[in-house]
Amino acid sequence: MAEEKKLKLSNTVLPSESMKVVAESMGIAQIQEETCQLLTDEVSYRIKEIAQPLYGFHAQEFIPFRFASGGGRELYFYEEKEVDLSDIINTPLPRVPLDVCLKAHWLSIEGCQPAIPENPPPAPKEQQKAEATEPLKSAKPGQEEDGPLKGKGQGTAAADGKGKEKKAPPLLEGAPFRLKPRSIHELSVEQQLYYKEITEACVGSCEAKRAEALQSIATDPGLYQMLPRFSTFISEGVRVNVVQNNLALLIYLMRMVKALMDNPTLYLEKYVHELIPAVMTCIVSRQLCLRPDVDNHWALRDFAARLVAQICKHFSTTTNNIQSRITKTFTKSWVDEKTPWTTRYGSIAGLAELGHDVIKTLILPRLQQEGERIRSVLDGPVLSNIDRIGADHVQSLLLKHCAPVLAKLRPPPDNQDAYRGDFGSLGPLLCSHVVKARAQAAMQAQQVNRTTLTITQPRPTLTLSQAPQPGPRTPGLLKVPGSIALPVQTLVSARAAAPPQPSPPPTKFIVMSSSSSASSTQQVLSLSTSAPGSGSTTTSPVTTTVPSVQPIVKLVSTATTAPPSTAPAGPGSVQKYIVVSLPPTAEGKGGPPSHPSPVPPSSSPSPLGGSALCGGKQEAGDSPPPAPGTPKANGSQPTGPGSPQPAL
Amino acid sequence: MAALAEEQTEVAVKLEPEGPPTLLPPQAGDGAGEGSGGTPNNGPNGGGGNVAAAAAAAAAGGDGGTPKPVVAVSAAAPAGAAPVPGAPTEAGAPHDRQTLLAVLQFLRQSNLREAEEALRREARLLEEAVAGSGAPGELDGAGAEAASALLSRVTASVPGSAAADPPGTGASVATVFSGAASGPAAPGKVGSVAVEDQPDVSAVLSAYNQQGDPTMYEEYYSGLKHFIECSLDCHRAELSQLFYPLFVHMYLELVYNQHENEAKSFFEKFHGDQECYYQDDLRVLSSLTKKEHMKGNETMLDFRTSKFVLRISRDSYQLLKRHLQEKQNNQIWNIVQEHLYIDIFDGMPRSKQQIDAMVGSLAGEAKREANKSKVFFGLLKEPEIDVPLDDEDEEGENEEGKPKKKKPKKDSIGSKSKKQDPNAPPQNRIPLPELKDSDKLDKIMNMKETTKRVRLGPDCLPSICFYTFLNAYQGLTAVDVTDDSSLIAGGFADSTVRVWSVTPKKLRSVKQASDLSLIDKESDDVLERIMDEKTASELKILYGHSGPVYGASFSPDRNYLLSSSEDGTVRLWSLQTFTCLVGYKGHNYPVWDTQFSPYGYYFVSGGHDRVARLWATDHYQPLRIFAGHLADVNCTRFHPNSNYVATGSADRTVRLWDVLNGNCVRIFTGHKGPIHSLTFSPNGRFLATGATDGRVLLWDIGHGLMVGELKGHTDTVCSLRFSRDGEILASGSMDNTVRLWDAIKAFEDLETDDFTTATGHINLPENSQELLLGTYMTKSTPVVHLHFTRRNLVLAAGAYSPQ
Repeated sequence: MAEEKKLKLSNTVLPSESMKVVAESMGIAQIQEETCQLLTDEVSYRIKEIAQPLYGFHAQEFIPFRFASGGGRELYFYEEKEVDLSDIINTPLPRVPLDVCLKAHWLSIEGCQPAIPENPPPAPKEQQKAEATEPLKSAKPGQEEDGPLKGKGQGTAAADGKGKEKKAPPLLEGAPFRLKPRSIHELSVEQQLYYKEITEACVGSCEAKRAEALQSIATDPGLYQMLPRFSTFISEGVRVNVVQNNLALLIYLMRMVKALMDNPTLYLEKYVHELIPAVMTCIVSRQLCLRPDVDNHWALRDFAARLVAQICKHFSTTTNNIQSRITKTFTKSWVDEKTPWTTRYGSIAGLAELGHDVIKTLILPRLQQEGERIRSVLDGPVLSNIDRIGADHVQSLLLKHCAPVLAKLRPPPDNQDAYRGDFGSLGPLLCSHVVKARAQAAMQAQQVNRTTLTITQPRPTLTLSQAPQPGPRTPGLLKVPGSIALPVQTLVSARAAAPPQPSPPPTKFIVMSSSSSASSTQQVLSLSTSAPGSGSTTTSPVTTTVPSVQPIVKLVSTATTAPPSTAPAGPGSVQKYIVVSLPPTAEGKGGPPSHPSPVPPSSSPSPLGGSALCGGKQEAGDSPPPAPGTPKANGSQPTGPGSPQPAL
Repeated sequence: MAALAEEQTEVAVKLEPEGPPTLLPPQAGDGAGEGSGGTPNNGPNGGGGNVAAAAAAAAAGGDGGTPKPVVAVSAAAPAGAAPVPGAPTEAGAPHDRQTLLAVLQFLRQSNLREAEEALRREARLLEEAVAGSGAPGELDGAGAEAASALLSRVTASVPGSAAADPPGTGASVATVFSGAASGPAAPGKVGSVAVEDQPDVSAVLSAYNQQGDPTMYEEYYSGLKHFIECSLDCHRAELSQLFYPLFVHMYLELVYNQHENEAKSFFEKFHGDQECYYQDDLRVLSSLTKKEHMKGNETMLDFRTSKFVLRISRDSYQLLKRHLQEKQNNQIWNIVQEHLYIDIFDGMPRSKQQIDAMVGSLAGEAKREANKSKVFFGLLKEPEIDVPLDDEDEEGENEEGKPKKKKPKKDSIGSKSKKQDPNAPPQNRIPLPELKDSDKLDKIMNMKETTKRVRLGPDCLPSICFYTFLNAYQGLTAVDVTDDSSLIAGGFADSTVRVWSVTPKKLRSVKQASDLSLIDKESDDVLERIMDEKTASELKILYGHSGPVYGASFSPDRNYLLSSSEDGTVRLWSLQTFTCLVGYKGHNYPVWDTQFSPYGYYFVSGGHDRVARLWATDHYQPLRIFAGHLADVNCTRFHPNSNYVATGSADRTVRLWDVLNGNCVRIFTGHKGPIHSLTFSPNGRFLATGATDGRVLLWDIGHGLMVGELKGHTDTVCSLRFSRDGEILASGSMDNTVRLWDAIKAFEDLETDDFTTATGHINLPENSQELLLGTYMTKSTPVVHLHFTRRNLVLAAGAYSPQ
């Protein structure tokens, strides 16, 4: 209230020069200074009187005046663009604005707000948090003491900020909840259908569907109630598939974690304890695939390592100490002499992703020791091919991560011998990498570029598409803040034998044509500028929260454009329209129930019966909420055709 | 249907009072009407009609000898004791002369020669008298100018009442000015208050003549501040009320006496101490730095014309008095004496909470006696209608297997209406239209629905169906739903009114006259045949307004729709032909709200000109003008018994007006922001009001007390509605929520003891949390309108507004 007490007083007065100018324009040449002063006072008052906001509305937006001065004169002017008339004539007419129409929906049914697209997401993040942390207090939020005696100006200002999920804390306080039992509540039929569809798509074989599903997880605002299920699905899935060494499924599950993390409306803290072990498993597990010599499980480890780093960044606090605990785990397994190379690789990757400081304090001191170990494997007698590959990977990993750090730490003259002295057998290689890193940094500085090597806070992603023109000149992309310019891992399916490693240079950019669904807070990235070849990569603004435009849902199957997993070929634009568990969708796409689940779900060694998760249809009836029928059979449409948004 | 159609053409064409009895003041000035017979008469649609007609009325006034040229004091005022000067000569009170001169001056300025001539002739005033007005007329130049400024305000607000009259009816308009201070408790005051309330501006300003040393003002103020802050707790809260009015008046005094710099520094120094809800007024004040600016500044005039009312206990007052006398602080004492109205009561000083609950309005609290008059808040007896047991309905009941319940239920309804409510007004207190057959049918329908009504309560919350206006581009400005929930009307910023049918039944209009003549009038289904199937649609758009439509209201019989607009008119539309029938001109400024009486025929409107008007559909002038608010009238609602009208205003007060005599019978203060929504409880006892401060206040009409405060909304409350049986109060707000409140509990243990009633000291329970039954958030959709269907389903409406 203190701030409201401050009355904004405008003491602005017209300059008396204005009066003179006006007088001159009227033909009155000599006007006394005193007269001018009197006139300005009067005119200023009258203008204020008129301009007095009638109902307290203030223009919030920027007033488009440009300022210029020179020759002692100050000017404010409109900047007007020169317009080419022929352009205007040739452009097609804009669409006629739609007419007002009326649409009814249930805001509440006997006191309960149904989770339908027309209603806001059932629980905004703040409230999820409040429920998680202070279950008793969250009974009736939005009732701050002394109701806001705000002036009208503030009222409208607050109104401006409201709307979408994240941006409007004042609004969110008024969330509709009374104290609920702490048990996990039931999911509606629609939600069950959605859950089934999504999980099946995420672990299914159709990459296009998976992309859609992940997109949905990453953006839909209403997943809150399904979060416990997703969490269990992932942790159990990892548990089973690690045992079965099913690399593909582990990757899919990690991508689900990533998608969940990306969803701005979810309060994940409650489930971190379940997710971290799963992710860690994918980093440090001794074996993640059936054929360790051929399969590229390294990429999975890298990806999961980045995920863990992201988790640390988001959720680590002084009370839960996530980061230090994770660091400790990694260090412990790395230091252990008997640790296999795979685990070793994972630990290092996990540590390295935590940032430069961690590299500096934990990895650099051990470089010499580790270098010796690697050398003994690489140069020594060939004991096992697998060890060799592992050592090779660890080496390139160390080089990759340490070089940039060293480039910053050490002063320029890079001397092979000095490096050998400091870092032992890895020294020479390290030296050349540092030189490269320096060159690259210089180049980056020149081009304001950003490559895969920005290790500090990359948001990991696993995308099977690749930029067609990976050249460094991608200004459109690179101006976007770091959270978007993502490094990509070409996970060329589980079979691809080519080790993608030691080339850090900027060949990899993500092409992620994210159709902006969900919230507006989600940044939308269109890469159409980055690669002129892929001109079709336009984002399709499917307004989700808006039940506004045309009530037609366009079901675009992305199969035509999405680049197939093997070939990094096409400049594919992945346009994603997410349609949630609409039976027609399913049919349009060949029917989700016919999805072959890649893993035979039987013979699960896990005592917890975790095999339920990776898509096994038989077990679907178990822990995750089952859909009562296949989506096809179930005729009830959860969302009417009039709602273009995927929000549940 | 044919009958209905006919009737409405009657309204459109004849515009004669016919059929339902009218609510005209019995003896209001025939003589005056005659007197104005000779004045130039502008037709209803004449170009300069308004102003000229105002002059005509003024002429009538001059002749008839009423003190106010434009305001005819209602002869129907309770005491009938308005001090109307009997002598129609120009030698009446100096007031008379002065005003007359001011009017003439105004006319001349407005270049209305003809009217001026006429007036002069009527007043038998000679040219010289006017020319020399400066000397004998006590009007110095500034005063005259100011007078005309004031006049322009007055005429602006009233000309409609006298506008465009055919001769003879001009004075039949009863205009009652009840000032802030007027009330039936002070009978006979009405007239004099009216005079007081329209003070000569020079007098207003000269009140600031006495002045002390301008440099001492800050000292005076801070001295008083120090004294108050050091006084005992029990007095401090009460005396703190003085800060704001004193601050304002001292500032104005400085400005008036042309101490601009002192005024500015005074303002700078102390404006931060004032309560935040005054800051809008302070902003206006802050721009006022010159004496010349004070003329015509409405806020300033409000301060002067209506004394700021403070309620202070005798002890506190004595304390203050002693202090001021000790300190010889005449400056402040003068202001207290001259500009404030201190309502002294005996007994314990009020607590801070008690005071805070009641302050906040533009002119302080309401005086105690302002809320003392009797209000008939009971419901009128429902006419007895035999409910024929509908076969279909009975079958339905039978299927459900409880046919026996029917009888007792019906009886209970019947008995309710048979008993005469002791608080109800006499059945014929104001004339009401007779029920037509179609009305009876509708009532029967209503009763049937009533039997299926859901009993609401904390454990049985209503479902809410939300009607979202899509693609409205923030242009939705008003919504109304018919009582039977079959139609929804939306008023839009693009001047259109759109009517939707929300049932499968499409909207059909009557056929063109040429087609109608072809119809076989004898056929049984003639009512069906007259309807045009070809043009039937779900949506009909009504074009006619020339500004945003701020208010909409369906007539109870669903044949008409009212809409009020920025263009200053209220329009009556036929829902049979979907054309405009009448445009009611009266308000010269935007009309913010309008509503039909629950019995139809009458309607009320309120607008930027600070008055609310009562109209009848077949009169194109208002029957009553409810004047007294100090700022815009934002919302207007009829009491369920149609005898009263409640208005909510930007001056942060709610007033209740008696339709019969136009008196203001209740003034409710306590809101801290402009009031934007009002609703009566179905039993007529309570009123709920919502304001921009996000709070909903509950009022006991009979006792004139605030009985509850519902906190929870974070933005303007723009819609309020009680459930059909009054168990639940629903509120909708700009904060995109609908909230449901337990109305039964809120009104449950109201112990209005005699003491509270007598003193008006209230203790509000802090129980908003317990009363809040549910909060339902919409998706970026402010809730503009709420409605309970006859079965207690909530319909809410608003326009989706993306950021």
